Amino acid sequence: MEIDLEAQQGSIVAVTGPSGAGKTTLLRQIAGLVSPDSGHIKFGNTVWLDTSAKILQSPQLRAIGFVFQDYALFPHLTVRENLLYALEKGKNPAIVDELLTAVELTQLTDRKPAQLSGGQQQRVALARALVRRPDLLLLDEPLAALDHTMRRRLQEYLLKLQQQLGFTMILVTHDLGEIFRMAHQVVVLENGKVVKYGSPSEVYLPENEINDQLTVYGEVLTCIINNDHLLVSALIQQSIRTIKLPLHWISEMSPGRSFALRYSMDTPQIELIN
Amino acid sequence: MDWQPLWLTFKLAIITSLILFVIALPLAYWLAFAKFKGRGFVEAIIGMPLVLPPSVLGFYLLLAFSPTYWFGAWIENMFGLRLVFSFPGLVIGSVIYSLPFMVYPLRAGLQSLPASLREASFTLGKGRWETFYKILLPNCKSAILSAFVLTFAHTVGEFGVVLMIGGNIPGVTKVASIAIYNEVEALNYSGANQYALVLFAITFVILLVVYSVNNRLLRV
Repeated sequence: MEIDLEAQQGSIVAVTGPSGAGKTTLLRQIAGLVSPDSGHIKFGNTVWLDTSAKILQSPQLRAIGFVFQDYALFPHLTVRENLLYALEKGKNPAIVDELLTAVELTQLTDRKPAQLSGGQQQRVALARALVRRPDLLLLDEPLAALDHTMRRRLQEYLLKLQQQLGFTMILVTHDLGEIFRMAHQVVVLENGKVVKYGSPSEVYLPENEINDQLTVYGEVLTCIINNDHLLVSALIQQSIRTIKLPLHWISEMSPGRSFALRYSMDTPQIELIN
Repeated sequence: MDWQPLWLTFKLAIITSLILFVIALPLAYWLAFAKFKGRGFVEAIIGMPLVLPPSVLGFYLLLAFSPTYWFGAWIENMFGLRLVFSFPGLVIGSVIYSLPFMVYPLRAGLQSLPASLREASFTLGKGRWETFYKILLPNCKSAILSAFVLTFAHTVGEFGVVLMIGGNIPGVTKVASIAIYNEVEALNYSGANQYALVLFAITFVILLVVYSVNNRLLRV
């Protein structure tokens, strides 16, 4: 891996790229859970890692919060105990209740993690990671296992907490929507190298390349003749859509076939893929 | 019936299990998580009692404990303790003999926990020790229970090692398995049967209780 990056304090950075690109490794190196052969990590004015000067701060000493992909809640402790465990000795436990309120878990404080839904567990993990008031919150695909609605809600929680507490955030994600909604900067990794870096618009929306047509790929599920047109139900990007099409396309629209629909300014066209 | 051999057997098994728990915990943690050279060597040493005939182990322990050799002589000079044909010697022999039965289940239990539990604790600012006893141990209760049961049962069933280093001194080293052997040698089958039956019943009850508890642990 060869990575050279800098992030603004208080900003949200998304790390993305194909699996095996080194996203999680990057996150774990920042946390200090693994150390690279050579490298340098500086947070604010604190050096966390400098292999040439033999400096290596343990994860315990880095001011981080880490939200694991599997949440890593302690199964034998209740929700509240999970958060209390993170509390440093002599610190005011009021923060635990504040955070439980912020993620709307006050009703569930005495439950064990196994008795919670995925979204609830995720909120506990998030709240627990914030108990120590970290300056940097690291999230490893935190929302990957959640459904669309839950994901949106948790994104809102995250944004709200980030604005309240002002921590810097680095999150690994595959979700383009998430990147645009949340991140100030996005890093695209491939084979352990940064291939693109910039704001989501800079990275994903190339300038001067406005399309006058849109292509949609789909798979035909059913095709019904309805008066003077066809009603074709198709699987388009994991949802089922029914579209009206001219009658003469009936031979192309048999169930199971894949197609590409091109809507252009003038006329819609259809092309069969196989 | 003389209850002393049975009492001695369970005393030996309990003491051995407790001592081994203390020794095996750090060893299991070390084997589960540490990266070091010569791991194979350490694992082979710990696993030896699994495959070695008890009489071989007992024979070398007998030599080591004997005051005519340097180790036994040194122990006797230092602590005034003669290990051969004594209860403390029996305990040491049992600890060595049952070591893998305590270490392996504990190590397996620790390794079966998701790595993220440990890492999460580290990122929450907790050190290795606190992580170990507050997070890892409470989550491998079932493995701890198995380790205790296996060690206990293995010590109860010990025969070869005891015979070699403990001999057959009533109230000191004559455990139940030796007593059964003696009765059979004397053709007193009903005496042997009494010991065997009691051992059988008690062992069964212990296992029954332990696994019921274990099932309840796993259900949570």
